[in-house]
Amino acid sequence: MAEINIRDKTAIVGIGSTNFGAMYRDLDKERTSYELAADALKAAIDDSGIDKNDIDGLLCVRTPSYARMADVVGLHHLRLVNQLEGSGRMAGVALQYAVMAIVTGQAETVAIVYGNNGRSVGDRYGGVFSPDSPAAWDAMYGMTSPGAAVAHMWRRYMYLYGASEDSLAAAAINNRANGAKNPNAVFQKPITKEEYMQARYIAEPLRLFDYCIINDGGVATIVTTAEKAKTLKQPPVYIGASYSATDLTNYYTTHDFFFGAMQDIAGRLYKTADVTPSEIDFAQLYDNFTPTQFFALEGYGFCERGTAHKWAQDGRIALDGDLPVNTSGGHTAESYMQGHALTIEAVRQLRGQAGERQVKNAKVGFYTCPAPICNAHILHN
Amino acid sequence: MATDVSAYTKPLPPITKLNAPFWEGTKKGELRLQTCNECGHQWYPPSTHCPNCLSRDYAWKAVSGRGKVWSWVVFHQRYFKAFEDELPYNVTLVELDEGVMMMSTLRGIDDKDVHCDLQVKVEFEDATDEQSVPYFVPA
Repeated sequence: MAEINIRDKTAIVGIGSTNFGAMYRDLDKERTSYELAADALKAAIDDSGIDKNDIDGLLCVRTPSYARMADVVGLHHLRLVNQLEGSGRMAGVALQYAVMAIVTGQAETVAIVYGNNGRSVGDRYGGVFSPDSPAAWDAMYGMTSPGAAVAHMWRRYMYLYGASEDSLAAAAINNRANGAKNPNAVFQKPITKEEYMQARYIAEPLRLFDYCIINDGGVATIVTTAEKAKTLKQPPVYIGASYSATDLTNYYTTHDFFFGAMQDIAGRLYKTADVTPSEIDFAQLYDNFTPTQFFALEGYGFCERGTAHKWAQDGRIALDGDLPVNTSGGHTAESYMQGHALTIEAVRQLRGQAGERQVKNAKVGFYTCPAPICNAHILHN
Repeated sequence: MATDVSAYTKPLPPITKLNAPFWEGTKKGELRLQTCNECGHQWYPPSTHCPNCLSRDYAWKAVSGRGKVWSWVVFHQRYFKAFEDELPYNVTLVELDEGVMMMSTLRGIDDKDVHCDLQVKVEFEDATDEQSVPYFVPA
């Protein structure tokens, strides 16, 4: 396969978001995904110091229309534009596409904008299906929601690897501990193992604190060439590598908990970026539901297959542990911004701008979303 | 299991030209899968093409109805009003002996006694005059 080397050719130069905690407490049915994405883009432009008119690529995620989005933010003359569905896997896909576009010269500066008014408008991730879709064959049994699919995988994982139900508490507790150090987070109060175990089941074996927080919010990321990045306000965060691999079937559930797809990515990711897992200083692991943290730790070789439920215990994934995970609180404490907020947290960490939750000497960061489209990035300063 | 068919309130996939043979099978106590006449591949839920060789030439064949529990969950959260009275209820992902994955539910066993890889077999619940719903019981 002819391959263009993507290593360090692009960099993230601007990040912006809304305040997730404030918005969680302030519902507004008139709030649109477009205005949230526009707020975030304005913040990202200010952050980067870039001229808005230098943006020649716009990838819109979850906003229903790219034309409306482009008009709202006054980007009328673009060389690359599209919209991606409002699923969490698209955060990583969008960054992958931005890298592809910039490295091949299709665009020089790409803004990825994400707007989500889901909490205000009562979006649900279960119970809604089209009668003529395959989901109707699940709904016939009361099956719905990606959370229940992840619960199926977690139950099978426990059976195969002898994991205990309470081993998952480590992920939920760590997210909340990190959220407590994030003034932008929805939940800023730590939880104990007792509180985790006493919380109600949603789709057993998963409990309330294993579930992400549906919220309103916007996130924007500006990506450009490494050359241009050096001329801008912020220290560049280089994209060492970014890849996707899929395991697409009728079900969200996969037999191997996405392991094969993640291994496919890992081989290419580490080779291109010339990084090993032991050199990674922190990991942002997409956790719509907490078991995906364990799946990711194994899929990318941070620990042996079948051992993450033990490996992640005793503070190993804490801010001062061997591999700090979800430093801003992840999707169960900061906000469910479908991967976008995890990406910009990686940038903050690599710039040294993460405040009380800063990982010391953070040089290499990792992001992944384990889902039917898996994707991962290596970012570094 | 005979029920008052007029009382069936849970969601059912609408009968279509594509899936009608599946439902006819359920009324005869048969679990039928589309089986490719070109390559022998089987799949579920119903779809127009063999996903292996892309042929449209398939037959509906009754399969063993046997498989194993790949995994199961117990719903405690209400997502569907029609399932409210059954909370907490079991949703089981069955791996049929033919290798096909099928979402279903497990009956005839207490949830605490279920385990992955439990051998199961299909049975049918009358839902309407035209549709019976396959479910599984320990084999």
